[in-house]
Amino acid sequence: MTRSLLTGNGAAAWGARLALSDYVPAFPITPQTEIIEKISRWTERGEMDARMVTMESEHSMITAAASAAASGIRVFSATSSQGLLYGMEMLYTVSGWRAPFVLVNVSRGLASPITLEPDHNDIMAARDCGFLQIHCATCQEVLDSTLMAYRLAEDQSIRLPVIVNMDGFYLSFTREPVEIPQAEKAADFVGEYDPQNIRFRASSPVSQAVAVLGGAPYSYFRYESHIAAQNGIAVYDQLRVEFAETFGRDYPAIESYCCEDADIVIVMLGSFATKAQVAVDQLRKTGVKVGLLRPRLLRPFPAALFRELLSGKSGVAVVDQNISMGLGGVLHTELAGALYGQADAPRQLLSFIGGLGGRDITLEEFFEIVSVTQNAVAQQKTPPPRLLYTEQEMREMRKLQAAASVERNELNNSGAETNG
Amino acid sequence: MYRIRFHGRGGQGMITASRILGSAFFLEGYEVQDAPRYGAERRGAPIFAYVRADDQPIYERGVIAQPDLVVVADDSLIPVPAAGVLAGVDDHTVLLINSDESIETWKQRLNLCCKVFTLPAQAEERAELRFMGATCTGAAARLLGAVSRDNLARAIRDELAEMADAIVEKNLAMALDAYDRMQQYAGSVTTKTQTGAGDYRKPAWIDLPFEDARISAPDIHASANSTEVRTGLWRTLRPVIDYERCNQCWWVCSTFCPDGAIKVIERTPEIDYDHCKGCMVCVVQCPPHAIEAVPEQTAQLQDAEQGASS
Repeated sequence: MTRSLLTGNGAAAWGARLALSDYVPAFPITPQTEIIEKISRWTERGEMDARMVTMESEHSMITAAASAAASGIRVFSATSSQGLLYGMEMLYTVSGWRAPFVLVNVSRGLASPITLEPDHNDIMAARDCGFLQIHCATCQEVLDSTLMAYRLAEDQSIRLPVIVNMDGFYLSFTREPVEIPQAEKAADFVGEYDPQNIRFRASSPVSQAVAVLGGAPYSYFRYESHIAAQNGIAVYDQLRVEFAETFGRDYPAIESYCCEDADIVIVMLGSFATKAQVAVDQLRKTGVKVGLLRPRLLRPFPAALFRELLSGKSGVAVVDQNISMGLGGVLHTELAGALYGQADAPRQLLSFIGGLGGRDITLEEFFEIVSVTQNAVAQQKTPPPRLLYTEQEMREMRKLQAAASVERNELNNSGAETNG
Repeated sequence: MYRIRFHGRGGQGMITASRILGSAFFLEGYEVQDAPRYGAERRGAPIFAYVRADDQPIYERGVIAQPDLVVVADDSLIPVPAAGVLAGVDDHTVLLINSDESIETWKQRLNLCCKVFTLPAQAEERAELRFMGATCTGAAARLLGAVSRDNLARAIRDELAEMADAIVEKNLAMALDAYDRMQQYAGSVTTKTQTGAGDYRKPAWIDLPFEDARISAPDIHASANSTEVRTGLWRTLRPVIDYERCNQCWWVCSTFCPDGAIKVIERTPEIDYDHCKGCMVCVVQCPPHAIEAVPEQTAQLQDAEQGASS
């Protein structure tokens, strides 16, 4: 096994190359740009047999990707954050075309205020669009998941586009040892793409994604997409086994770490979850029975597997790296939906929000999250959701605000209305 | 686990430096994680990069809170709070500063008990700041004592594979020279076990209060904050007015300057070099072609010579 140091971006590009993608429409955005830079270099040197086209926006890019997929070829593309949102209309539109392709999203917090650093609000905004979602925690996983994503997308019982998600900076710019699979082995695993009837060609017209009038036909198509997405659970479980047999790396739909005998379980998405894994190791040394669940599949949502893995646990702490304004953490509410009414469901389901815009979640905070959850279990009382923010951070914020208000006052003194 | 942080400015090769060290560790058989962190992608902005190396797979991620080694390529960053150079530095940390000041001076200035090493620049290096990353990496590798000279050289060749041979050789020479200079301090950096779950300090979480939108909207209310930021440091080309040719039109250059860095006093334009970013818009717009573009490095050398002779 030879490994080399690759960034998450590099790993995504390798995934596209090894899956023998034919067409790559692209638009640059930090922190994703390196993916298309790499593919561009490979196609120019003839090391990757694909056509790469730079588009004028993500809206066009996603349209081009799905249109090409509808002509029966294998398509790869990548974006991030504001770019994903700019293409949002087409994300919803093209999933209904039932033309499979793979899109890598490099998660980055959304404006406003503008940031370049990671959180999951971008990918959560695409939660309901019909794309399946695989969330990665290591650079190796980014490469491997890209290969798996084509199998999912192109499976005849699914045929929906798939997003592979990784965190900006924490994976996109971070190098780790990655095993690049042998080209033949990867090609064998991904297999030939059989586009069946979706072979859009010149001189053989076909109307795809037509308009429907009336709720019943509309509902039929929407329900069918939903059922196809749900088929993803069974298909994923099969291809995961095949992947493990071929490459020796196993990726269950929900990665479970030290959960078998755990009383308390942390639930998290993405690369920040590996930080929780370090905390679990430390807490285990002091005798705390704590575990970690990290869903890799977010769509389809592995609700049954969550119910099974959390059955009989006393307390669950969901750490959301996203915030739905006026509600709270998205994963927390989704999990509550999955567990509600189950006789053996954990009695305490706590919500923590952290890691927004790349804010670190420290080891001490993970220890405290577990301690708060233990207290909730002991007292049978769920505390309100905790927005992770410290006194020190508030101090630093106040310093910035003080500087801002001095300037505001300076301006006000020169004639403007006083406003604090 | 070794935890190393590199601090520098955009353009000083910190990302490359961290990658060379990461690769060298990897060649030694370590599990490795290396990554840069930056905000604005521009020359001169503070950036940092970090390297973790361990004999186990690495699950710790993000900013290194308790570094074993901090490498500072640009000593002007130390007093900049936003650069976070001294974050988490304690008695255990080794500090390697690229500076002509003495070790004693830095210890006194910073009131530090940790080990401090400096990399006084050789005269010929001053003009070749772009090799600073290699120099810092070479010294860091020796202080760590975990990277052989051969693997350091191999890592440099690997990481700089796309560069011209002469550039690679120069980087190699600088890095290996720094490596050799640190010989007697080899292995000064040691690893440290991080805080365990048994005796951790509780995070001081607060409940955020509601604040009026006029306070809590992310607005900057004045341009006044920008005067103290010497954006002139970003300049690679300097516009220089030839007053013999200036026809005293009084408005073209100052109006087109996107940064308001040209003011006109009694029909004579004057460029504020503290804030001119060197965009060359004035050079292009000036009707009598009275503004010349001079490479900043050349202009600075001329300034220095004039300063010395006057």
